[in-house]
This record gives sequence, structure tokens and C-alpha cells, in this order.
Amino acid sequence: MNTNKQIKTLQIKKPLKLDCGKTINDFPLAYETYGSLNQNKDNAILIFHALTGDQFVTGKNPVTNKDGWWSYAVGPNKSIDTNKFFVICANVIGGCMGSFGPSHQNPETKKIYGTDFPVITINDMVNAQVNLLEHFGIKKLFSVIGGSMGGMQVLQFVSNFPEKTKTAVPIACTSSHSAQNIAFNELGRQAIAADYNWSDGKYTSKNTVPDKGLAVARMAAHITYLSKKGLQEKFGRKLQERDDLKFGFDADFQIESYLRYQGSVFVDRFDANSYLYITRAMDYFDLVKQFKGNLSNAFINTKAKFFVISFTSDWLYPTQENKEIVIALNAIGANVGFVEIESDKGHDSFLLDVPDFLKALKNFLEKSYVEK
Amino acid sequence: MKSEYKIITNIIEKNTRVLDVGCDDGTLMEFLKKNKNVDIRGIEISKEKVQTCISKGLTVIEGNAEIDLKQFPNNSFDYVVLGQTLQAFINPEIVIKELLRVGKKAIVTIPNFGHWKVRLNLLIKGTMPITKSLPNDWYNTPNIHMCTIKDFVKFSKIIDFKIFKSLALVNKNVSNINNSNLFFKNLFAELGIFLIEKKNEN
Repeated sequence: MNTNKQIKTLQIKKPLKLDCGKTINDFPLAYETYGSLNQNKDNAILIFHALTGDQFVTGKNPVTNKDGWWSYAVGPNKSIDTNKFFVICANVIGGCMGSFGPSHQNPETKKIYGTDFPVITINDMVNAQVNLLEHFGIKKLFSVIGGSMGGMQVLQFVSNFPEKTKTAVPIACTSSHSAQNIAFNELGRQAIAADYNWSDGKYTSKNTVPDKGLAVARMAAHITYLSKKGLQEKFGRKLQERDDLKFGFDADFQIESYLRYQGSVFVDRFDANSYLYITRAMDYFDLVKQFKGNLSNAFINTKAKFFVISFTSDWLYPTQENKEIVIALNAIGANVGFVEIESDKGHDSFLLDVPDFLKALKNFLEKSYVEK
Repeated sequence: MKSEYKIITNIIEKNTRVLDVGCDDGTLMEFLKKNKNVDIRGIEISKEKVQTCISKGLTVIEGNAEIDLKQFPNNSFDYVVLGQTLQAFINPEIVIKELLRVGKKAIVTIPNFGHWKVRLNLLIKGTMPITKSLPNDWYNTPNIHMCTIKDFVKFSKIIDFKIFKSLALVNKNVSNINNSNLFFKNLFAELGIFLIEKKNEN
């Protein structure tokens, strides 16, 4: 899936020392851009994608032929207005949309890496992506923006490169992955590992795909992206194309059918090993620990203007965890705004048509852009 | 522009750091930014008003002053402003202490419950006063700790803070409050505006 010629890649020659101790060099970073870079090169926004996202933020994704994952927020005249801003988004390393990942060949063994690919972290992801700035000749971004795992990358980016962005918008995220979130990720990984076809990660050489395991992982994760109220309102106990219960184990309920569908379409576009690697990166994310228990120290050197956004019904990255970022920033007198958006769409709210969110994001960016 | 905002703006020095607690739709923040070039932040409990502030390009945190002032370090602002909301807190004493901890100085404005109309209202009608600035009934009012200008002066002695400046607002006219005119100001002022500071700061 990653040989598609519509995928742009930047070949990174500079060695990158990973947190795991290994060093990678001469590796591809797949990216996409929208809008155009102005003459002052001060209108660039780096968007970070979440667990199952990719570089195709908006418009038609040329690989899946579906709308980009953040089409509601990014595009001409939208919240992240591509008429004004130059948007860059890269596929994270460890991913499966063209960036260096477990489905790539190991140049030494000439075999597909699989689980021999080095374990990567959020820190490694942003350290790889910062190369894009040099590539485009951008000294300072106007903003770094991302939701969920993308938000974690925002925090890590500002911490690593305090002078490389004017503003930062971490959305529905956390500074330290919680036990509950690690637990859900582990459930997903174990579902993949339990699929006979996974073959300890060597499924490519056996010409099989652990699609059952990956689909179950996606189904479980998908539930965590929604809210109880949202599910109840959308599905309730409605039956799927039948008048009554069938007294069997087919999908009687619409919610079952919906989840099965979500699982089945996911396996067509996502690599099981990438799922393992990226969920691991999220689990390892602990910016608080990186700064020895004081999150404020992560941001002590930045003058960036922050805007933290959370959602009322997000129980995966609840408001409290987002507020801890705000608290850490206020403790050092940083410039931080915060809003909790009312929505019953759960964690997924940031990806969906939630007008209050889209309005807040647009207003923040446009007002901050004209500020000196 | 409310006269109250003009008075607050006059008190605040240029190029300082200001926190507006209960910043509402950000009108005062904008005015201060423009006229005093301050580095200003706001806290506001209403999501809708936070949105309005964001649309004005203001840095505002959605939050409750009673809980969220905690996160600011000691003396992290030159001024902390609390406009007409002290009476709405569950524990005004803690809020005042927090304002004085976070700010080097605080500006507190209070709708004066000692105003003669309020007094007359209660005396004649025998019901809880409803006025222009206090439009709610007793059972649905957010103002659970109403006080008078005199009460606030007394309060400063009880919890031991310094009142630097006290102003009375009557029909857009400002005047100083002092010990000798306190009785009258407490009777005629609609609003009391106080610049306060913690005592014995070394």
C-alpha cells in the first residue's frame, strides 16, 4: 500500500537516534501539503495525525479514495484555512502510509522488518518530522496542531523545539498516557497477536494478513472514541435489517453491525504491525516523567501561545487530563487559553462536525496570525 | 463602555501583567490591552463567553475562579481584577485570599447592597430587593453573598488586607471613599471599587 506514486516522501539522510537506543538513517518520511507557503514563510502549520491517521488530512485520500481524516477542520475557508495557511502533515514513522515503518524492508537482511522494526516513541516521531521545516526552509511555524496522539506530538514538539512555532494547539490529549489508555491499547495489540495469521509479525512473508485480529482491535478502540450517550442516541437497541432477534450470534443489533463494518474497512487501509508500534509509542508517552515529575519544565523555554481544547464527553482523554497541561503552563506564566467544548460525540469530537470546536479553532488561529 | 471599566483602566499601570477573573465577554480585557498595553489573561466560567473572548483574540481559560486560581503561582500578576462577582462565590474569603496571593494587587468591585434603594425596597416592600444591577429573585440569584461597601471595608480588617484606594460610583460619577464619608457613600454608591493589597509583604 505504500508504493503508491501519489505519496510524496522526503528521504531523511541525517541519522536519527531513537529513544530505544538504535539509530536510523536514510529513511523515508511521507508527507502531504495543502495551500501555499507565503513569501515570509510565516504561514506554515504542521498538523500531527492521530493513531490511525495519515498525511492526507483533507480532500480525497488518493490511496483510500475516502475523504481526508480532518476534512471538517482543514480546507479552503475552514478552521485551518488552506487559503491562508500552508498546511504540512507527515505520516508518523512506524506508520503505514509511506513513512519508514515495520512494513518496510530491512536493508541489511533484505526482509520486511515486521516486529524487528525498532520501537519508536512520540519523541522519535517529532524528531523525524522537524526535518520537514528544513526541507521547506521554514524557520518558524505559525502553528503545530493535533488531536489525540497528534496532541501528544504537539506537546513534544514544543518541548523539543521551543522556538520553532508561534502557536500550539493540543486537542483532546494528555501529557502522560493513563493506565486505562495503556489497557485499551494492550487489548488491541493482544487481539492482533491472537490472530493466527499474525505469525509473530512475519505475516507478509507468509502472504497472509491478521485482519481478524486487527479488526477486533479497531472495534474495541472505536468504542472508546465514542460516548455512551452518543452510542445510545445513534443506535440504542435498534435491530439491523431484521424485525426481531434471531437467537444466534449474527449481528442482530445495529451497533454490532456498525462495529463489524468499522473493523472490516480498517483492515483494508492499515497495517497490523504499525498498529502495534504506534499504540506502543502512545503508551510510552510520559512528558511528565521526561521532565522528572514537573510538566512545566517541558515548556519553560517556549514563548509559544497555547490553546488547549477538550470535549465534555471524551472519557479517553478527559478534560481533567487536558487541564493538567493548562495548569503546568500557567505555573510558568505561559500564554495559554483553554476551552472545554460541549459535545456528546466522545473523543472523536475533534474529527467530526462540532461547530463550537471548529469555530474556536478558526478564531484562535486567525486572531493569533494577525497578532504581532 | 461601562464607567466601571474606565475607572479600573485608570487604576492599572501600563505594560503590566493582568488577570481578569470572571472576564465575561472580554470587553474590559480588550479595553485594557488597547489602552494600557497590558499582558492580559482571563478566566471565565461560561463556555459561550469563552468563545466570544477567543473570537476577540483574547487568552482566556474556561474555569471556575474558586477552583482554578490555585494553578497560578504567587505574585504572578501585577493586578488581578474581580468585577462584580465576589458576591457569587461560595467562599468569598478564600477567593479574596487567592486574588491577593496570585496578584501583587487586586481590584475588586462590588455592587453595593447598602444603596438606599435596596434598603428602602426591603424596608417598604418587605421582600428581597430587585434592582437594575441585581435583577434576580432570592431563589434564583447567583448572588449568594451580597455585601455593602461598609461590609467590605470591615472585611478588610477581618481578613487583614490593605485597601489602597476605594472609590464610589454614583451615576457615572466617581468619588473617593474615606472614613468620614463612608456612611453616605454606603448609602448612595451603586458600586464600590477597591484597589487592595496583602499586608506585611516583605
